[in-house]
Formats: sequence, structure tokens, C-alpha cells
Amino acid sequence: MTSTLTISHLTKSFGGVKALSDVSLHVAAGERVALLGHNGAGKSTLMKVILGLIAADSGEISVCGAAPGGAAARAKVAYLPENATFHSALTGLEQITYYLRLRGENTSEAMALLEKVGLGHAAKRRIGTYSKGMRQRVGLAQTLIGHPDLLVLDEPTSGLDPVSRRDFYALLDRLAAEGAAILLSSHALTEVEARTDRLLILSGGQMVATGSLPDLRREAALPVAMHVTARKGYDADILAALPNAIRVGGALHLTCSQEDKLGTLAQISGLKNKVTDIDVIPPSLEDIYSHFSRRDGQ
Amino acid sequence: MIARIVATAITEAHIARRNLWVLIAVVLMVVFSLVLSAVGSAPSGGLGADRLSITVASLTSLSVYLVPLVALLMSFDAVAGEVERGTLPLLLTYPVARWEILAGKLVAHTGILVVALVAGYGAAALIAVVGDPAAAAGVGALWRLTWTSALLGATFLGIGYALSSLARRASGAAGLAIGLWLGLVVLYDLALLAAVVADDGGIFTTQFFPAALLANPADAFRLFNLTASQATAAATGIGAAAASIALWQSLVSVLCWPLVALGLATLAFRKVQP
Repeated sequence: MTSTLTISHLTKSFGGVKALSDVSLHVAAGERVALLGHNGAGKSTLMKVILGLIAADSGEISVCGAAPGGAAARAKVAYLPENATFHSALTGLEQITYYLRLRGENTSEAMALLEKVGLGHAAKRRIGTYSKGMRQRVGLAQTLIGHPDLLVLDEPTSGLDPVSRRDFYALLDRLAAEGAAILLSSHALTEVEARTDRLLILSGGQMVATGSLPDLRREAALPVAMHVTARKGYDADILAALPNAIRVGGALHLTCSQEDKLGTLAQISGLKNKVTDIDVIPPSLEDIYSHFSRRDGQ
Repeated sequence: MIARIVATAITEAHIARRNLWVLIAVVLMVVFSLVLSAVGSAPSGGLGADRLSITVASLTSLSVYLVPLVALLMSFDAVAGEVERGTLPLLLTYPVARWEILAGKLVAHTGILVVALVAGYGAAALIAVVGDPAAAAGVGALWRLTWTSALLGATFLGIGYALSSLARRASGAAGLAIGLWLGLVVLYDLALLAAVVADDGGIFTTQFFPAALLANPADAFRLFNLTASQATAAATGIGAAAASIALWQSLVSVLCWPLVALGLATLAFRKVQP
């Protein structure tokens, strides 16, 4: 697969403070990649460097085979800023028509684009009267102009309701299937878990983890939690059998490593006369995310 | 290139229409022109000139103040407003050059200014022509005033964009614009006049003073219109003192300033990091 976006050893600092240090990544055509990180981890800075809005201090960046921010790259890249804003005096239709003209596309597509993001009914109203979610959808509509090769989306689903989010990811799936490379940042971890191919975790300006969710889960090797509910009166027996269990409320909690998971389960099922229920809780995406983003001194 | 400039111009025209800038500019120009032609009609008999020429001379003095003011009011928000609204980063990821964005805004804003000028000067001229059958002799002067006013407006629009880029905040840009207007249009002349008086016909008056007048777009505009209509005799102060400056020199200044201003604006806009 050809790489649409390739970054190697990118470094950028603002007044001596390193915003990005030695960041390398690639996004292939048709791939959906999520960029995760705390506020201030460097996500937006990384995106602005990719878009050519700010210049990198060092490192190499190739955007669709061209330098970032050049006319060739800008013609092939679409961007959705965090909290997309537009001039409040313009209507949605006028705003999209403007963007179509700037890209040299046919302006008659404007209405179809707005309908695609569910704004057909509000197309002739001023953007000043729109809700945050509607403005976000205007932003989304402009990213669909002219089949971009690379989409850079900064928290694209913030402000969208759950149904709109689902529609949005369906739209992304279609774009990826047509060969667009997609790089999106998000705080909604459960969302990107299901709808992206790969995760990148940025922390303190460094790329601390890359891979699919199963890869990261394996690499993090976080313990598995189990909640055991004892039959009345048998708590003490179970505590004796499972020495690392602790009593929390009415249940007994214990944790074990991934390798010991089956062994521990077998041990508990050996106590089946004394146990009424058991819940196995794998490490959540949030746990994995904080594991990686806290490493390296955060 | 042209398509992208036109695209920006159309969008800016929509915004200006909704923000009532078109209406405000037209009303300002019409009201001031009418007031001026009503007040200025009294002494016309004694000067031996037709009424339209007198009106044009009065309008020239008015426009030196009003056209830069309206232009700066329309332009101070152009870049700083985009920065504050947060619309600039997205716009700059589009395949459009920064100077093309400014040129588009300039086309739209100059267009609005021309509409206002035609309405204001037209109203004043109409009154003059109705009141004096000989006024047709002043049509050439009126035409000259109109196109030079448009160029003066374009100059101050460009300067406004440059200030807007430098300030990056609309409130700061507004302050700079008012300061610049006061400086270039009001204080500049006062300072020159004071220097000429103090110098009393010395090196300053003969060497430096003409260049200083030509370097200021507002003074060059006034000079060109007054020299061309041989109205310097009727004008007071600076105009009379500058009778020695050739017509072509003020013409070059009037023609070059819009380009210089757009160039300055582009340089300042390039430094804006979204």
C-alpha cells in the first residue's frame, strides 16, 4: 500500500518548549488512523504542521508526495479544525459555495454536500443561527469537496449527537473505501476503537504507542480484574482460596495478569458451590490509553 | 487565480451587504455630499466658476477625510476578524494564495466604495447641474474626482488590511486604523504647515515639502485634483503652498499607492501564523 502521509523525525518547539519531538508516522491510502492524546499533547500542532500552517523545526514530511502547505499538497488535503467556525453573516450554502469555488469545483454541488451532512433544510439560513453541531457539519461538508486524498480531522465528532456520530463514521468508511487516507484526533475513545484501523498515542510531544487496539492491549499487558460474588457465608473460604482477593462491598475483587487469567478462572470455577457469580473485566480502552500516555514521565 | 479572487470578492460582498456596510457607506457619502453642496453653494457667484466645479472642489476636501475613514472602517476587521473568529486556519489550508485572499477582499470593498462615491457625488452633482445650466463644464472634474477617490479608497483599504494583519485582534486593529487616519489625514498636514511656517522659505519648503506631500496618499489625491482643475488658487493652506508640484508627479503617487498598499498588506498578512 502506498503511503499518503509520511512523517519522519519531526521536531517542533515554541520558544524553547518542545511541542513535538522526534515524531514519526505514516498513514496509507484507505487507512483510518486515530490520533489520541491529552490536551496539550501536541495533536493540533502535529496537524497544523501536516497542513503547512506552521513550519517544522526539523524532520521530513511528505503529504501526497509533496511538501506540506504547498499548492500541490493543499489541493489534495482537506481539513476540519477543532470547533469549526465560519462567518456568521453567511448562509451555509454561501459558505460551501465559496469553498467549492476556491477548489475550482462546480458550485452546483453545494446543496448536495449540505444534504449529505443533513443540513439541506438549513442551507439558506445564516450560520449565525446554527447550533454547534450544525456548524461542525458545515465543517464536515467542506472536507468532502473534490475527493481529497488525505483528510485531517481535529476532533471531528465533538458537538455531534450520537446519531450524527454514527452517520459521520459511515461517511468516513465510504471515503476510506474510495482510497482516502484519514487522520483524526478524538477524545471519545470507545468511538475510535470501533471505527479506525490504527491508533497513535501522543504524549508530551512524543509518539508513545502505535498499533491496532489488540496490539496495544497486548503490549500494555495490563491486569485483568475479576469480581466474584460469594454464596452467603462462604466469603472466608473464598478469601482463603484466593489470597490476593480483597473484599469491596458485598463482592470480592481480585486482579491477575493476562497469562494467569485462565488459571485463575479455573481456580474460581473449582469453588463453584461457594460462588454465585463472576464478572471478568478486561482493561478498558481508557486504561490502555492512560497506561501509554502516563509512561515517559507524564 | 482570477476565479479564486472573484470567489473571495463574492463572499465578501455577501458579508458587507448583511453587515450593512454598503448601506452605511452610501448613507455617509450621500449625507455629507448633500450637506457640503448646500453649504458650499453660497459663495459660488463671486468666483466666476461654474457651480459643479465649485462643488467638486468642496467634495475633494471632504473626500480627503471621509474616503480614508470609510475605507479603514471597512478593512480593519479583514484579517484580525478572521483570526479572532478562528476562520483563518481553515481558509489557509485551501489552495488559495494569501495575496489572492486580500485581492478578493479589495475588489469587493472597493466596489462598495465606488457605489457609495457614485451615490454621494451623483447627488451633489445633480443639485449643482439643476441650479446652474453652465455646470456641465465641471463634468470632467467630477469624473476625475470619482476615479481618484476610488484609488484613494483602495489605498486605505490596503493599509487597513496591513494594520489588521499586524494587530491580529480586531480591537487593536481599530485603534491602529483610527490612529493612522488621524496621523495621515489630519496631523500630517498640520505638521507640514507648521514646518513650512517655521522654515520660512528655506531648504525644507523647497526640497523636502513637495516630496512629503507626494508621499502621503491623501495629500497626493488632493494635490492632483486641485492642480488638474486649476483650483489651487481657490484652495487654502497646503494646496496653495504646493502649486509648484507638477501634475504628473501627483498622478504617479495616486496611481502607485493602491499597489504599494496591497503589497504592504500582503507582506504583513504573510507574517500572520494561524
